[in-house]
Amino acid sequence: MFDFAVVTQWVDTLLRSFLPDQAALLVEFLLVGLCLLTAYALIALALIYGERKICAWFQCRLGPNRVGPYGLIQPVADMFKMLIKELIDMNHSDKFLFRVAPFIVIISSVLAFGCIPFAKGLEILDFNVGIFFLLAVSSIGIVGILLAGWSSNNKFSLIGAMRSGAQMISYELSIGLTILTMVVLSGSMQLSTIVESQANGWFIFTGHIPAFIAFVIYLIAGTAETNRGPFDLPEADSELTAGYHTEYSGIQFGFFYLAEYLNMFVVAAVAATLFWGGWMPLHIPGFDNFNMIMDYIPSLFWFFGKVALMIFIIMWFKWTFPRLRIDQLLRLEWKYLLPINLINLMLMVIIVVFGLHF
Amino acid sequence: MIDLKERIAALAPEAEFVKAEGKPLEVILPSSKIHDAMMKFRDDKDLQFNFLVCLSGMDWGDSLGVVYHLFSLQYRTYLVVKTSTTDREKPQLYSVADIWATANMNEREVFDFFGIRFINHPDMRRLFLRNDFVGFPLRKDYDMSEENNPLVMSNEETDDMTPVLVTNEKGEVEEKKKVLFEDSEYVVNIGPQHPATHGVLHFRTSLEGEIIKKVDVHCGYIHRGIEKMAESLTYPQILGYTDRLDYLSAHQNRHAVCMCVEEALGMEIPDRVKYIRTIMDELSRLQSHFLFYSCLCMDMGALTPFFYGFRDREKILDLFEETTGGRLIQNYNVIGGVMADIHPDFVAGVKKFIKYLPPMLKEYHDVFTGNVIATQRLKGVGILSKEDAVSYGVTGPSGRASGVSCDIRKLSPYGVYDKVDFKEIIYTEGDSFARYMVRMDEILESLHILEQLIDNIPAGDYAVKTKPIMRLPEGSFFKMVEAGRGAFGVYIESKGDKTPYRLKFRSSCLPLVSVVDLLATGSKIADLIAIGGTLDYVVPDIDR
Repeated sequence: MFDFAVVTQWVDTLLRSFLPDQAALLVEFLLVGLCLLTAYALIALALIYGERKICAWFQCRLGPNRVGPYGLIQPVADMFKMLIKELIDMNHSDKFLFRVAPFIVIISSVLAFGCIPFAKGLEILDFNVGIFFLLAVSSIGIVGILLAGWSSNNKFSLIGAMRSGAQMISYELSIGLTILTMVVLSGSMQLSTIVESQANGWFIFTGHIPAFIAFVIYLIAGTAETNRGPFDLPEADSELTAGYHTEYSGIQFGFFYLAEYLNMFVVAAVAATLFWGGWMPLHIPGFDNFNMIMDYIPSLFWFFGKVALMIFIIMWFKWTFPRLRIDQLLRLEWKYLLPINLINLMLMVIIVVFGLHF
Repeated sequence: MIDLKERIAALAPEAEFVKAEGKPLEVILPSSKIHDAMMKFRDDKDLQFNFLVCLSGMDWGDSLGVVYHLFSLQYRTYLVVKTSTTDREKPQLYSVADIWATANMNEREVFDFFGIRFINHPDMRRLFLRNDFVGFPLRKDYDMSEENNPLVMSNEETDDMTPVLVTNEKGEVEEKKKVLFEDSEYVVNIGPQHPATHGVLHFRTSLEGEIIKKVDVHCGYIHRGIEKMAESLTYPQILGYTDRLDYLSAHQNRHAVCMCVEEALGMEIPDRVKYIRTIMDELSRLQSHFLFYSCLCMDMGALTPFFYGFRDREKILDLFEETTGGRLIQNYNVIGGVMADIHPDFVAGVKKFIKYLPPMLKEYHDVFTGNVIATQRLKGVGILSKEDAVSYGVTGPSGRASGVSCDIRKLSPYGVYDKVDFKEIIYTEGDSFARYMVRMDEILESLHILEQLIDNIPAGDYAVKTKPIMRLPEGSFFKMVEAGRGAFGVYIESKGDKTPYRLKFRSSCLPLVSVVDLLATGSKIADLIAIGGTLDYVVPDIDR
């Protein structure tokens, strides 16, 4: 299996051969940053295109098919349009917070994006509390959303932001607990270790019942975290016009829009990493030939394949279900998901302590 | 069956009677007695006129007045009550808003157009026109020159106060101010430009967190004064405007006006016309209900069913287009018949559609009706009791969801509804889910009606010859049809001219929008959207 560490090592030695150590590091930082942002933008465009095509198929439509072959250039054109649109300043809004809010949202999502192990040897931030760090940075986004709602000086935005705050804080609990459940199983918080430890079977299989329950809860809570349907109350278009980003235009709105799609990607990527082995190919202990063949498929394919499947499921939710009401949303979390989650965590602990997992 | 006239004379000795052949009894009451007499008419167990169908303001030249069309759902009898005041400077009449809640909005409309102020009415603001409008446009002496009401480019002030006239203990009338919204209230403007109001409608919503404390409906953003325009148009010309009221029931609206004029002229309509009109009415109802389904789903956040509804609605619009040339607005009914004969492929097309639809309906139910989120969002939300439905004059599917048997097709059959077999769908829950289910079941009933009619369209003329100028005999005429979202009525008062002296449309959507406050108070913002979606009002029909 191809290890991307070879590439990164080669770049590293190349740079160090003619640059002092500090300068080489600086260049590497810049390179990593550039790659990260490019990947971020490309994945966002791919997701927007994918979403539009998939929802079109759900809805007996064709979707974008005019700009470029199969409408492939459509999201690029949309992005371009968004870039050249005017940024409209609102009177009576808190101008500083109004402008800062989209940056907070996008920074949180880029930071979370940086933690994901994309392929063997292709991790940017990888340290011993990686998953903890990911949780921490991804919850900064809510600050941006609350600020956006508050500073807009719009009643709809404020209601949207308040809903969003209530929703995210609630569902953060579920996400944290499901991740904790899987950390108990893997025994590590380092994302690369978590992936490596699934070499003999993905956690969804080795952790059987509690892992599966955790996966289902994670998927529900993750959808809620990204403010997507059926949990899209903060921006419920039929109630609050557009919720917290009602007053934003141009690229400021674009930041919210991008961050929403990338958060979906991050949620799907974490689901793939924690439950479905991340970039780890499908291995069945004892079937060595089968495992060998699986290893021939590059790890990048495995990772993106799994993420695409997760994203498809999340999109499927959105295009099928009606929206929940705020009290139903909170009831679902506090009365159902949270107790189930706590019991599930206990179950996982018992299973790990007594070695009942595969 | 008791004698209506005798009973009324016993209850209200001041009443004068006008009885014409083939028309409901007309009672003329002095304005001072109207409130007590009306209360008796409603509560008397032999009369039970519990349903105020239509309340129209009138300007008879020397006097201003109101015409009430009452209906007893119990005995299925009509009664017309008239009252008037000769004071044109400061006309005042007693309000009946405490007897029938539907009078609240209607009396505001009368005040708006005729300047009649209602004593003991809870809220005497204008309903449709701007607050700074000068004069009362439907009065016959209204000066239409531009000096009175120049084009204003600024926004009107929204009032938080309303003047009201109340009677004190001594029986004298005093003017008071009533506060609608306190300064401390968190008032959110839902509309006039809002995706969930289905048009240009404005709800001023006072919120307590997510909970709605009060909803104030602000109509009139697309008021076009069709009733005023009609006073200077000949009858065939008026037809063009009816399609623009509730554009989803364009056909039924026009049907009502045509029938009203035909009846007044004593015209004999060929059977073929009756069949075609009934078929078209039912197709209209189907497409209206599909649009209801689509929009409700979209309001609730389910975007896929929206396209299902529109996909099937398109099929009906294609059928319309083939025969009438129009898709949304068909301009098909004319006085004495229909504009043109049905297209040769029409019958085959309808039959194909009848076969096509049932599997699609199953899809509708699979994706939305059985969904746990959808049922939780709709069940028990916005419960409209049977009493309130009658009092507010809520008819159509929304009324039937509250258990009121108010289908005009059954109460006073027109077209060929007396020849077909169909069920009146009635649910008793009165909640949003019942309103939704009534419409879904009505789709099946409409299909059933179409099945019975489509093969039996008799041969004959598609229209009788009429003169371009028609003069209706002197008198007043009232006719109702069952439109897509309730009883739609036309009231014509004629002085024997080629134009009506007064024409009033009984809107099917005004009662629907007047119950929003009742239903939404105490529930969440999201419920307001579900309630609005299931009531399914169409704004041009409210504003007219």
